[in-house]
Amino acid sequence: MHSFLSKSPEDTTNYADSFASSLQRNDIVMLIGDLGSGKTQFVKGVCRFFQVRDTISSPTFVMLHRYEGRDGRDEELLLYHFDLYKVKRESEILELGYEEFSQANGICLIEWADKLRELIPHRRAEIRFTLGSTENERRIDIERFPTTRTNSAVDLPYTKKLQSEHPRY
Amino acid sequence: MTVLGIETSCDETSAAVVRHGKLLSNVTTVQLIHSKYGGVVPELASRAHQQLIVPIVDESLLKANVKKEELKAISAVYGPGLIGSILVGLSFGKAMALGLGVPFVGVNHMEGHIFSNLIEDPKPAFPFMNLTASGGHTQLVLVKEPFDYVILGETIDDAAGEAFDKVAKMLDIGYPGGPLIDKYAVVGNPRAVDFPRSYLDEGSFDFSFSGLKTSVLYYLKRSGFQKRTAEFDGNFIADVCASFQASVVEVLVRKLILAAEKFSVRNIAIAGGVSANTELRRQAAEAAVRNGLKLFIPKFEYCTDNGAMIAMVGYHRMLEGNHSDLELTAEPGLSLSRSSRN
Repeated sequence: MHSFLSKSPEDTTNYADSFASSLQRNDIVMLIGDLGSGKTQFVKGVCRFFQVRDTISSPTFVMLHRYEGRDGRDEELLLYHFDLYKVKRESEILELGYEEFSQANGICLIEWADKLRELIPHRRAEIRFTLGSTENERRIDIERFPTTRTNSAVDLPYTKKLQSEHPRY
Repeated sequence: MTVLGIETSCDETSAAVVRHGKLLSNVTTVQLIHSKYGGVVPELASRAHQQLIVPIVDESLLKANVKKEELKAISAVYGPGLIGSILVGLSFGKAMALGLGVPFVGVNHMEGHIFSNLIEDPKPAFPFMNLTASGGHTQLVLVKEPFDYVILGETIDDAAGEAFDKVAKMLDIGYPGGPLIDKYAVVGNPRAVDFPRSYLDEGSFDFSFSGLKTSVLYYLKRSGFQKRTAEFDGNFIADVCASFQASVVEVLVRKLILAAEKFSVRNIAIAGGVSANTELRRQAAEAAVRNGLKLFIPKFEYCTDNGAMIAMVGYHRMLEGNHSDLELTAEPGLSLSRSSRN
């Protein structure tokens, strides 16, 4: 696990920018932390790394924003910015197109990802934000799963059981 | 010319009929649920829209005393919003247009908010400066004439209404946050807490409410507030509400006025659900008088998401002889600049 102590929103953005260089297509980044802990700020940094030009605002209301970016080889890369703040049931996440977008060769960034239960992806980065002692201080912990590389058929984004329980809308 | 408008971009299902620029009916979920569904609505937004779209459209035609066959065009929102929700209204609208053999007009939801100013008198003359502030959007637009806009600024993080909801959540006073904070703020002292005003760079017309949210969060933390208890009820919550609201309103009003001055526009308008806020109305009205401007705020039922504003856009687009291709698809992240004539 990596930890970082951010001293300002800009700090968080810069840290996220450098973290983003480790991301690959189809990666899912779970962002977990209270209101005002820096989740959207982190997404801004990831988007900066991928040269997204749009304004990155909170998707709380519409639950999903999509941005066009470019990867290291200057090829198009789509970023899906989910916000599960308003979500009451996991099935609503499927309705947003989670199943499709998590396997669409882009990158999914999911705010309030602690609302995921059965839909927690097998392969993921978990980023936890904790409020610091001063107004601008935030602790950011990053953990990747699975912790060991046991690449096999289990690399499905989530369990098969769930897919059969929730047929496509 | 009679046009139907359908709005399903988020939680609200709504349909309206406009004839010769005059609104004949405007039916939204709330009204229908109370009368026909006994308050039971599926949790999934798109499922709710699927169940409600037919009765809502029927009701809007009935109230307008218009038969389907009299409709000359169908308009529906195609973005921005929740993908599953948009698809219901958009697919329904396109199918209905195809079935009736009339043109279909795809409408940008943000353009709808601007047109909510043109539903009833008094209407602002062009050009006017419009601020749309809602749960999902905060946008300042110079409206030169119908379908000719300059987007001056929008939020770079949280929307104004979203900030209200999230601060209400922190204060543990419930949902929806806008009306509740408004209510508490009336008896609170807006100078009790000196929350920051976020104006961003000099001359910027963008908005940012995320830092304010954080300030409130840390103020509550410093004060030892965790949840609403007898100790904190009353003055404490009222003062935080009033001080937070003062910060949001001051920035919204200042930028609206500055934008009007910069572009020498005499008419200003506020659309979107946040326009219901008492303090925003008061300060905007005062500032308008001070600066010799004329302020327009549509009736509340046209400020929240509604079919009337969509029908109004559809009507004006048809007047221009401009409609959409039936292949138009939902665009959840649609921005205003790309929308004008699709």
